Amino acid sequence: MKKHPTFEELYQKRVDEKTPPSPIVMNCIKAFLVGGAICTVGQGVGQFARDVLEYSRESTAAFTAIVMVFLGAFFTGLGLYDNLARFGGAGAFVPITGFSNSIVSPAMEFKREGYVLGIGAKMFSIAGAVLVYGIGTSVLYGLILFLFGK
Amino acid sequence: MAEKRVGSQTVVFGSPPVIIAAAAVVGPKEGEGPLAEYMDIVLEDDLLGEKSFEKAEMQIFLQAARKALSKADITPRDVDYLLGGDLLNQLITANFAARDLGIPFFGLYGACSTITESLSLAAMLIDGGYAERILCVAASHFSTAERQYRYPLEQGTQRPPSSQWTVTGAGAVLLGRGGAGPRITMATTGKVVDYGIKDANNMGAAMAPAAADTFQAHFIDTGRNPGDYDRIVTGDLATYGRELTIELMEKYGYHIGDRYIDCGCEIFDREKQDVHAGGSGCGCAATVLSGYLMSLLQSRRAGRLLVAATGALLSTTSSMQGESIPGIAHAIAIEPEG
Repeated sequence: MKKHPTFEELYQKRVDEKTPPSPIVMNCIKAFLVGGAICTVGQGVGQFARDVLEYSRESTAAFTAIVMVFLGAFFTGLGLYDNLARFGGAGAFVPITGFSNSIVSPAMEFKREGYVLGIGAKMFSIAGAVLVYGIGTSVLYGLILFLFGK
Repeated sequence: MAEKRVGSQTVVFGSPPVIIAAAAVVGPKEGEGPLAEYMDIVLEDDLLGEKSFEKAEMQIFLQAARKALSKADITPRDVDYLLGGDLLNQLITANFAARDLGIPFFGLYGACSTITESLSLAAMLIDGGYAERILCVAASHFSTAERQYRYPLEQGTQRPPSSQWTVTGAGAVLLGRGGAGPRITMATTGKVVDYGIKDANNMGAAMAPAAADTFQAHFIDTGRNPGDYDRIVTGDLATYGRELTIELMEKYGYHIGDRYIDCGCEIFDREKQDVHAGGSGCGCAATVLSGYLMSLLQSRRAGRLLVAATGALLSTTSSMQGESIPGIAHAIAIEPEG
């Protein structure tokens, strides 16, 4: 026998019909443009390190990451990065500048609660999840490579 | 049965308490919205020169309270009770403001329904003979609500179209026994209603069933119809919650679409102000009621109003634990003098 939908299910269905979904295609295009632009800046910084400063491959990667993290923090401090992210979504969140933003923004927000329990404790409230699962995944990947690699 | 009760959820006041004065204070963004001209104070700086947004919210609460008192030309000593609340944990805005005002105080948490919750209780206290004058205040601030319920201000996030923008502002309504002004004739106390919506970015949908439930109860209890009111008003259901409320009311057999406005839809210009579905927060219904609706009543551009501020009774803990969002709506009937 077919189960009748509950009142809650019917309402949820109507809500889903009524509420417009996030404009996924448009958001993807914006994310592509913003993310692409950030990565292009990163590429430029990398080229500069390699060609002008004549850094090694490893130093170039480190230099680029440092500059991009600084830029992310700097524009967060100026109050501009959230506007970029509101437009660019994942395009602003996924690059390393977004990681920087996720650490600097709670640090700014919770400064009023003091340096230890405010900034210190809250700074990684969002980035913490990225770190836990990022490092966790890299450990797992390292294990797989160690056991089955070559 | 108590002689002033009708039906299961409504009270009818014997000598309806009068709205002696009302004041609305809003932030700069609300000041760019379509209702700016009706607000008493539009702030230029939403921090008000304070060290934190929490302190700023308390100042906004105080400003609205003091403005309402000064309009009525009385001091805090002339007021018997202060009733009100806000959205912050442990009601710090209202509690700290009450410390400064020195009026006997009941702190109320009804989420964004606080202003009509306060007015319902205040009207009962006055009509019951327990008070001569009561001040009701509700406040919210975008920046304090964001940090408590969502993300740090500078955190880069993208909002879905159904999300709402917390109003920075406070509304204060001074009720008194007798005198000139619009009066609160009835109050229908809402039940907590939950249709299982879990999306904290769609609070209008979570609250719409509570609004419809309270309106239906009001019409059944009083024998009135939507046609008996010039405007039927909800607090902060915003665009989609408003449409859902109209649909639910049609299902209950009441047609309200032609006279129904939502404060969350009115306070901002959705096209220009990047607020997605509309406004929300204790300050949304409180400022629209004390600013815009009071002005409509005083200039006689509107007659009888049925106003239900709506609250989404979630917390960050309950959302993170995957609980659904219960809603509540408290309705008051306001009628012009005479």
